[in-house]
Amino acid sequence: MSVLVYAEHTAGSFRKPAYEAVSYAKAIADTLDTSVTAISIGPVDESELISLGKYGATTVLHVAANELKQFINQAYASVIAAAADHVDAPLVIISNSFSGKGLAPRVAAKLKGGLADGAVELPVFESGKLTVKKTAFSGKAFAMAELVSDRKVISLNVNTFEVREIGGNARVEAFNPQVAANDLTTVIQDIVRTTDSVSLPDAEIVVSGGRGLKGPEHWGMIEELAEVLGAATACSKPVSDAGWRPHSEHVGQTGITVSPKLYIAIGISGAIQHLAGVSSSKTIVVINKDPEAPFFKVADYGIVGDAFEVVPKLTAAIKAYKGD
Amino acid sequence: MNILVCISNVPDTTSKITFSNDNTSLNTAGLQYIVNPYDEIALSKAIGLAEGGKGTVTVINVGESTTESTIRKALATGADDAVRVNATPRDAWFVAHQIANYAKSKHFDVILTGRESIDYNGAQMAALVGELLSIPSVSTAKKIEIDSNMATIAREIEGGEEVLSIPLPLVAGTAEGVAEPRIPNMRGIMSARTKPLVVIDPIDVPVLSRIVRYETPEPRGTVALVNANDVGKLVDLLHNKAKVI
Ligand SMILES: Cc1cc2nc3c(=O)[nH]c(=O)nc-3n(C[C@H](O)[C@H](O)[C@H](O)COP(=O)(O)OP(=O)(O)OC[C@H]3O[C@@H](n4cnc5c(N)ncnc54)[C@H](O)[C@@H]3O)c2cc1C
Ligand SMILES: Nc1ncnc2c1ncn2[C@@H]1O[C@H](COP(=O)(O)O)[C@@H](O)[C@H]1O
Repeated sequence: MSVLVYAEHTAGSFRKPAYEAVSYAKAIADTLDTSVTAISIGPVDESELISLGKYGATTVLHVAANELKQFINQAYASVIAAAADHVDAPLVIISNSFSGKGLAPRVAAKLKGGLADGAVELPVFESGKLTVKKTAFSGKAFAMAELVSDRKVISLNVNTFEVREIGGNARVEAFNPQVAANDLTTVIQDIVRTTDSVSLPDAEIVVSGGRGLKGPEHWGMIEELAEVLGAATACSKPVSDAGWRPHSEHVGQTGITVSPKLYIAIGISGAIQHLAGVSSSKTIVVINKDPEAPFFKVADYGIVGDAFEVVPKLTAAIKAYKGD
Repeated sequence: MNILVCISNVPDTTSKITFSNDNTSLNTAGLQYIVNPYDEIALSKAIGLAEGGKGTVTVINVGESTTESTIRKALATGADDAVRVNATPRDAWFVAHQIANYAKSKHFDVILTGRESIDYNGAQMAALVGELLSIPSVSTAKKIEIDSNMATIAREIEGGEEVLSIPLPLVAGTAEGVAEPRIPNMRGIMSARTKPLVVIDPIDVPVLSRIVRYETPEPRGTVALVNANDVGKLVDLLHNKAKVI
């Protein structure tokens, strides 16, 4: 028996969400008095696979089959379910990334397991049942979900569980289950990266602009501030509706939900739909010229002032501080 | 081309979400219900694909009779007919079985869901229905084009997008960018009253999960304001107090 965790990679490298998922699996495995087996699918170097041991994986199953080089959720789900059988996993952990969303429900269905989607904390075990806290109502609330099936699947929200380095190397094992042709009908034609910088859903710092910025030509100062902070950029819905920024940057109830360490909202009023997507940020800073803007009610720090004056000053101050 | 669109009935986005005293159920008093915003995108896309006699659009909802005004709105927007599975939607697993069961009895080339619902927002439905029907699924589609029996779909990934080509039939969960939401016009509203809305009974599905309790986020303390002429103070607070930079 072993807790199984799917370690997602981008072009052969693991990123923070994979380390979070392995750390999370390890914490659960300790409670259940068992080990962690990670599974990685596609071309990843041996040294990269071994490094998952640092976060608590004892074994890494590596699937190197040619037809599984690129992510096809249907096929990857079959492989992960086969791995769950192989290691007799009572529980499977998958990161709640865009790919994870296409994967976790399919794995759960194959295992006839309950799925807790978007977990934000470690689960609690009690007489065969597992209860875990997850987001609901687009960030307006949390739900405690109880999984009563024999086998269970949890998808873990990114940026909600600390990476824990405990040292050690993982043992890498080749794993080659049969994959049915019916699972492989999807063909990946192209992968387009629109940003070389930080990806919004897993960014630790987010700098976000609203309609107060008046137009797309003023985003230079947002990007500069983001750059000095190593942050991702985001926006409110009207901004992406107007085409000032791409839809993939729109946060809120009908956009991306983020939970960074620091969220800086500039020229955003703080409508309930916007707040829903950012309320689980650890620290919120609001810059708005209207002292009555509702965003100040949920902010930790605020500056009442004109963004066009405050933001360049803030960028300069952070540059100065980082220069020290 | 026959298209099935899954519609969920959710509290309006302006709703303040509160729970019963024991935190076990949502306070529904005073809540306005709407078609889930992402499902409007799915519906608008389906209508666009079917336009000009190229196909039919059926909407399906798993819900109690109170959801019928939401279903009628979908019909008014342009769906041809509707199905309501008469049940309380227990969880995604339950709902997906009802949808897959209905889909099996018909032939659908394309099944669309929203990328997530704004109430329980599991973002599970597209992948679950796909799995139950053993067909491909895409969970966060940003662009969908269909050419005879092949679809080209761009899906969201962290920091970019991936372009897939997939044979029909398939299930896709739609995000913004797939279609502009359509609004019902007067003719639509009139004709919606006479369009078929069939009510069917649910099938039995084993319980795998349940929600035992809700929580609302901890309120934050009051905001600490920093003078606009002293941004250095903010940097200091973020570094030394909040410890986030
Ligand atoms: C179904 C539905 C779903 C929605 N979903 C979302 C969602 O997911 N995300 C989302 O963001 N919104 C969403 N909205 C929209 C939401 O209701 C608000 O309209 C939106 O968030 C407002 O965006 P904003 O704050 O950028 O613009 P505004 O409300 O126009 O606010 C602009 C702010 O900028 C300030 N300002 C102006 N000039 C300056 C300056 N020079 N310096 C500093 N501050 C300045 C103003 O004081 C004001 O507070 C949704 C709405 C609906 C109906
Ligand atoms: N009760 C329901 N009836 C029909 N479709 C639903 C229902 N609940 C959710 N859906 C569909 O599934 C999508 C994703 O929902 P969810 O998995 O709850 O995030 C929604 O956008 C709808 O298209």
